[in-house]
Amino acid sequence: MKDLLSNVVVDIRPSGIRKFFDIVAEMNDPEVISLGVGEPDFDTPWHIRDEGIYSLEKGRTFYTSNSGLMELRREIDRYLSRKFGLTYDPAHEILITVGGSEAIDIGLRALINPGDEVIIPQPCYVSYEPCAVLAGARPVIINLKAENEFRLTAEELEEAITDRTKLLILPFPNNPTGAIMERSDLEAIAKVIEKHDIYVMSDEIYAELTYKGSHVSIAQIPGMKERTLLINGFSKAYAMTGWRMGYVCGPAEIITQMTKIHQFAIMCAPTTSQYAALEALKNGDDDVAEMRDAYNQRRRYLLHEFAEVGMDCFEPFGAFYMFPSIQKFGMSSDEFAERLLIEQKLAVVPGTAFGDSGEGFIRISYAYSIDNLKKAMGRIRTFVDSL
Amino acid sequence: MNLKQDILKAIEKDARVDAGELAIRLGTTEAEVIKAMADMENEGIICGYHTLIDWDKTSVEKVSALIEVRVTPQRGQGFDNIAERIYSYPEVTSVYLISGGFDLLVTLEGKTIREISQFVYEKLATMETVLSTATHFILKKYKEHGTIMETAAEDAREKVSF
Repeated sequence: MKDLLSNVVVDIRPSGIRKFFDIVAEMNDPEVISLGVGEPDFDTPWHIRDEGIYSLEKGRTFYTSNSGLMELRREIDRYLSRKFGLTYDPAHEILITVGGSEAIDIGLRALINPGDEVIIPQPCYVSYEPCAVLAGARPVIINLKAENEFRLTAEELEEAITDRTKLLILPFPNNPTGAIMERSDLEAIAKVIEKHDIYVMSDEIYAELTYKGSHVSIAQIPGMKERTLLINGFSKAYAMTGWRMGYVCGPAEIITQMTKIHQFAIMCAPTTSQYAALEALKNGDDDVAEMRDAYNQRRRYLLHEFAEVGMDCFEPFGAFYMFPSIQKFGMSSDEFAERLLIEQKLAVVPGTAFGDSGEGFIRISYAYSIDNLKKAMGRIRTFVDSL
Repeated sequence: MNLKQDILKAIEKDARVDAGELAIRLGTTEAEVIKAMADMENEGIICGYHTLIDWDKTSVEKVSALIEVRVTPQRGQGFDNIAERIYSYPEVTSVYLISGGFDLLVTLEGKTIREISQFVYEKLATMETVLSTATHFILKKYKEHGTIMETAAEDAREKVSF
């Protein structure tokens, strides 16, 4: 019998923390509370949901154009223009995708030739590396450092670049660390990017959740827009994870090829979700501001609590995660998370789920009510005191 | 946003929040929060700290009604005089001056329907400047003060995700 499965797929290692997730699932204990999720706790604002429902009532149940509703692409251009001063041609430079995830996948597939190197700074979201491998790339990992607040430095980037380097993935604000890249940080790496003539895939899905000034996109740095795929979406900013709505903007030359893959693999993003997303962009600014404000209060609260408990944590200025160090307890991240779960019934995600450089850290999500955070911090305190 | 507005937004949702905790959440000191709250109490911006109770879940009998009232405004006093005569009754829980088809919207709480009816036909309707009233009994409170009265739904998310 011939080989049943693709060797490339089989060789992709399953996510390292599947085992840990299974333990959480198996415990099935109502006493277990969690700071482990990567999605907002808020419901999608009602006016956005209502618009989705209305579109169904009106019978808007057909495919849209492959690239997505033109009206939505126009609104995205307006949004990026008022937020970041960036303009994209809705006809050729914007593609509506099934979440930011699809944009990551098809962006890599459109850009990579066999053996091209893709630089991935870790800790980071889990899909970049496998998607790069599936696209035929060789992933090159940069291990970001706590002493740099998990920002990417020009020196680290320079060191990782070879003749084969094609693309840098830039995941900021970052899941799991909460790190951001400020304008000066971006300017520093932009020089390296330009010098070596490489491209950037900037995953800015958490852009709206920035708590120090406003988010700066690398595409705003002179010379970068023409070599950047900007990925964003609705999941985090508007609490719309289940709608699966993302988009990617970039040079027409790349977007055209991505649209080809999207057309054959996906057809178009869900129509109902596109109408809801349109409402989000038109009338959702206040919702975003309110949620950001709530996250920010929780962030300050947790930062204070971790200091009280005596756990080291740099101040994260983005997303809804804290990345405290657990090194002083002489345990691995996995061990810490597992014991915290079993002994105190609190689920957090070990830092190693997001790359080897996450060893010594745990990811704490603050997409939870203050009451829930208080209860959870009580358990962390009890656990840490028992060590 | 200034501190006072941030405090108001927070305590409007949870009046019992600890000043020290609120200070941490807003990135300021406990003393600043206590001072700002005291100032706002003195200025009459903060008018009280009340509890939102769903009486339907208790054994206490309570009936509430909304009453539309049409009145003749009085020279030099407008609606203030009649409003005061109405809101001075302790069973009246709120009085609003309203634009549109009637003038005052009065909400009233009583033990029984009869108690409320009596108030309307004995006290309210007989006031000199009151032209007419229309009483609406409240059958069910779905949402009050921005709070949905049903018990909150459980967290439907997975316990852990990337």
